[in-house]
Amino acid sequence: MYIEIQDVSIDYKQKNTVQKVIEHVNFEVEKGEFICLLGPSGCGKSTLLNAMAGFLKPSEGKIVIDGQEVLKPSLSYVTIFQNYGLLPWKTVLKNVELGLETKKIPRKQRKEIALKYIDMVGLKDAVHKRPNQLSGGMQQRVAIARALAVDPEVIFMDEPFGALDAITRMKLQDDILEINQETGKTIIFVTHDIEEAVFLADRIVVLDANPGRIGGIVNIHLPKHRNRTSDSFVLARDKVYDLLKMKKEELIEYYI
Amino acid sequence: MKQKKIDIVISLGLLVIIWQIVSVVLEKNTVVFPAPIQVVRAFEELFCVGLKGSTSSVTLPGHIGISLVRFAIGYLTAAVTGVFFGLILGSFPKAFAIVNPAVQVIRPIAPVAFMPFIVLWFGIGDVPAVVIIFIAGFFPILLSTVSAVEHLNPIYYKVSRNFGIGKVKTIFCIVFPAIFTQIANALRLALGTSWIFLVSGEMVGAQSGLGFLIMDSKNCIRYDALLATMITIGVIGFALDALIRVLEHVIGHKFGFVN
Repeated sequence: MYIEIQDVSIDYKQKNTVQKVIEHVNFEVEKGEFICLLGPSGCGKSTLLNAMAGFLKPSEGKIVIDGQEVLKPSLSYVTIFQNYGLLPWKTVLKNVELGLETKKIPRKQRKEIALKYIDMVGLKDAVHKRPNQLSGGMQQRVAIARALAVDPEVIFMDEPFGALDAITRMKLQDDILEINQETGKTIIFVTHDIEEAVFLADRIVVLDANPGRIGGIVNIHLPKHRNRTSDSFVLARDKVYDLLKMKKEELIEYYI
Repeated sequence: MKQKKIDIVISLGLLVIIWQIVSVVLEKNTVVFPAPIQVVRAFEELFCVGLKGSTSSVTLPGHIGISLVRFAIGYLTAAVTGVFFGLILGSFPKAFAIVNPAVQVIRPIAPVAFMPFIVLWFGIGDVPAVVIIFIAGFFPILLSTVSAVEHLNPIYYKVSRNFGIGKVKTIFCIVFPAIFTQIANALRLALGTSWIFLVSGEMVGAQSGLGFLIMDSKNCIRYDALLATMITIGVIGFALDALIRVLEHVIGHKFGFVN
């Protein structure tokens, strides 16, 4: 398998108490798959993502990407954050070029690559603007372009659209699906929005809270470019509600 | 902007008027409480020929020039070293934990208290004033920079690690611009304190400069010249503050450090 999460547990040490955030999590991801990690706040989904991206080391178990254990962050798997993580003093172009310098790509080529991806996320007119001159949605597009520019194998997204308004969010969801299909990048996407997860994912990994464990894995067998109001979409969403135990046990009364 | 200038004129005008009224009402000996007009004359004297009866023949612009050079050396050294070590210590919390207690013990000692040692080691002249200004500026700049680094949003480090940017480059190319606003604030506050301590430095350890002129006027029993020097110090301090605000604005916007 391309990504393997092997019996991973993550503890947080607070003074004298040790809090288990993630407990014995196992799952695997295929190359090019779109996986959503879904769960309530505090279930450790972001923590798990941070471990997968190499920002923190699991207390137990290990994470393997493409046959290599993840020990530190790398240009081959880039993370996109909820609050964008752009450098406010750099222009859009320079922000997107950020990772290319590390890859030792010559200056001229850096600009070409950056412009290509800025164009891809539809920000051609904002190349020389600074992040604070852009809306939240546009800033997140810059972050996406910056991630794509280094041509990573995996893109981790940590509630990337959480700070955006509903309409912008839906537009960006469409865009990220398109990017997933066009570029074939593996995407691991953390969210607490059930509808978002059903709309985007090939598979949804549902996490329970306290401690974070896998509650279930839902395969979404729907065509890409899903219709948010179709019956099959609602049915899939229903299944996830079920898994999260959010459905009321209804007592049905019949009137005939 | 225009309104601001009018406010300044009104404020200073009122100060002079109150001063004039007090000097008339008190009818004190004008030697001990000089009226505004006497101070204006003292200004003229200091400006053209220097303080009469003084051992030094340097005129007011000369003293100002000397003081400003000393100030520039002391303050700029404090700014560069303060920001540099602040960035380093802020980035290595364990090192700062060791350094911090020592800094906290040295910091409350008034810079002037170092004076006897400084004069003993470096003699009288430019060095004591420069060192005093340095001490006055260094610690606040250092501590504000460290605190700004400590409170920096961790997302910058994550981005930096993710994109493979090295530790040194992260400190100077990511952390420094990210905390530019806080650093600029600290530099401006330190500018004020350093200027205040310039006078103390020159009062004891120098034979020239505005601080010396204060002592010189006192020794010659020329309180009008003393007041004239005090006003000069105040006005220059005010001008320096305005200057650094402009610089902060220009640099901040040119490099996009300020949103």
